[in-house]
Amino acid sequence: MSTDFQVTEQSERFQALKRRHRSFVFPVAVAFLVWYFAYVLLADYAHEFMGTPVFGNVNIGLLLGLGQFVTTFAITTWYVSWANRKLDPLAEEIRADLEEADK
Amino acid sequence: MLPFADAAPVTTVGEPALNIGIFAAFVVITLAIVIRASRNNKTAADYYAAGRSFTGPQNGTAIAGDYLSAASFLGICGAIAVNGYDGFLYSIGFLVAWLVALLLVAELMRNAGRFTMADVLAFRLKQRPVRMAAAITTLVVCFFYLLAQMAGAGGLVSLLLGINDKLGQGLVIAVVGAVMIIYVLVGGMKGTTWVQIIKAALLIVGAGVMTIWVLAVHNFNLSELLGAAQAVAPEGKDVLSPGAQYGLTDVSRIDFISLALALVLGTAGLPHVLMRFYTVPTAKEARRSVVWAIWAIGIFYLFTLVLGYGAGALVTPEKILAAPGGVNSAAPLLAFELGGTVMLAVISAIAFATILAVVAGLTITAATSFAHDIYASVIKKGQVSANGEVKTARITVVVIGIVAILGGILAQGQNVAFLVALAFAIAASANLPTILYSLFWKKFSTRGALWSMYGGLGIAIFLIIFSPVVSGGAINPATGLSSSMIQGVDFHWFPLNNPGIISIPAGFLLGFLGTVTSRRREDPAIAAEMEVRSLTGHGAEGATSH
Repeated sequence: MSTDFQVTEQSERFQALKRRHRSFVFPVAVAFLVWYFAYVLLADYAHEFMGTPVFGNVNIGLLLGLGQFVTTFAITTWYVSWANRKLDPLAEEIRADLEEADK
Repeated sequence: MLPFADAAPVTTVGEPALNIGIFAAFVVITLAIVIRASRNNKTAADYYAAGRSFTGPQNGTAIAGDYLSAASFLGICGAIAVNGYDGFLYSIGFLVAWLVALLLVAELMRNAGRFTMADVLAFRLKQRPVRMAAAITTLVVCFFYLLAQMAGAGGLVSLLLGINDKLGQGLVIAVVGAVMIIYVLVGGMKGTTWVQIIKAALLIVGAGVMTIWVLAVHNFNLSELLGAAQAVAPEGKDVLSPGAQYGLTDVSRIDFISLALALVLGTAGLPHVLMRFYTVPTAKEARRSVVWAIWAIGIFYLFTLVLGYGAGALVTPEKILAAPGGVNSAAPLLAFELGGTVMLAVISAIAFATILAVVAGLTITAATSFAHDIYASVIKKGQVSANGEVKTARITVVVIGIVAILGGILAQGQNVAFLVALAFAIAASANLPTILYSLFWKKFSTRGALWSMYGGLGIAIFLIIFSPVVSGGAINPATGLSSSMIQGVDFHWFPLNNPGIISIPAGFLLGFLGTVTSRRREDPAIAAEMEVRSLTGHGAEGATSH
């Protein structure tokens, strides 16, 4: 018989998976977008501030720009290690049960 | 995006024959690989999705190859060389955008779809109208992106091959287009992917070598490099802080926010990027692909920062602007300055390979969308064999290739900057809202999807038509020509070059309004099925084995 996805969807385990996924990706997405637009607005409206020298010819603007690279790499690494540990095992469990039911 | 300025040709540096020779070698080698790789192309999954047999790292490299277009290589280097910090802002937007794809889109799309973006969008909504809308936005985005690449090729030709007359440039565009058609026709997605992988590796290694070289010239001291770039900048221009290019007036400041919005939200809605997620066997590999892509693209953009300031310091903005190809000649001129004719030839060949690979990726995406979504699902209502569908896709490849060649020839010498920016703005306004709503909002309805896709598309194009990129742009005192596409008339009333700040919120709002006003209830069983499949990967097609 075919799987009743509504039953699976309502199940405790699936709801936990969905909650876990959304409670990570939504706040992180909001955070990096806020940080990106804060940077864009500074670059757009606070030229003097961005031009403040920090050392040698390196100024705040350059450091904040490079900071965008650092946070992008960091969020990527963080998400992957989190998803591998917290998301995949639960998703695999539910999938295995669904495939069992299909047989 | 960045302008492929078309300054009057003066001289050509380097050895055109050597430039052509190295590029020809690239074509021969990749063609051999494409033919080898395509021997197993049998099914639709083989042709459209490379049998889902690529690994995450391979696909991630190919994504970088697809994404790092000639505009992002030549354009960003040139913008940093001439305008300093403001050029850097582009690369940050292009990179941060990948987090949207990583966190919200890539894995869920991979699990819920098979070949195209429309597979996911039409999953739980009314098939035919939604598929049709998604295919139309896909084709429009691909078309504008394709045209920009092909027209950009014309500018490169005059710079690198010393061909300055329109006829000769048109001929080269035709040759590039013909080679691309062969790749896609013979190789399908598998061949296209290999071309992109090889090109990405060459581009990143080439840029890396030049970066180390530039840093070595400045004693591996970033501050010294920045100082040298500032020293040769025009009087009174601060190339180390933002504001040299934007931030002159209130309008240009808002224009910049609009561009930033389109860049960061457009990437995850670009159909040729989305389609790449179907070439891997699982969502986990799709995740790994994005990780590889983010590292490759990020490191490449860090290279362009050094190369841009290096070109400013070593070649000088004055010489770059006077060269044929204008700002786009910064990277090739820097290569010539560092390593003479051989280095220039290598970088030129890489630039051509870049155009070829990006155009191939766009063409197969557009052809798949037409054959799979419009021909098989809407026209034939699903009553067509997979073979018939792939045959249609191949015919479409030839048609699109010819359209791209003709469009590229006609668009020669035009200001093509707006085409890519428009592609990103449309992707962000018409595609991304529907993608996010479909994946995360259970109540999202067919009407919401149609309003959002057609509304986002329509508003973006409407605003562009009445913006300064089409008519009434500022007149350049040196040439007496306007920066607009059409000279001599002025019917613009929308002040911004990029429509994103209006059209993107409009796309989201229309999707919301269409859904809350819709009377038709979507099937909750299919909605539950999509949710379960997208998060668990149940029932997703894996790799085909031969």
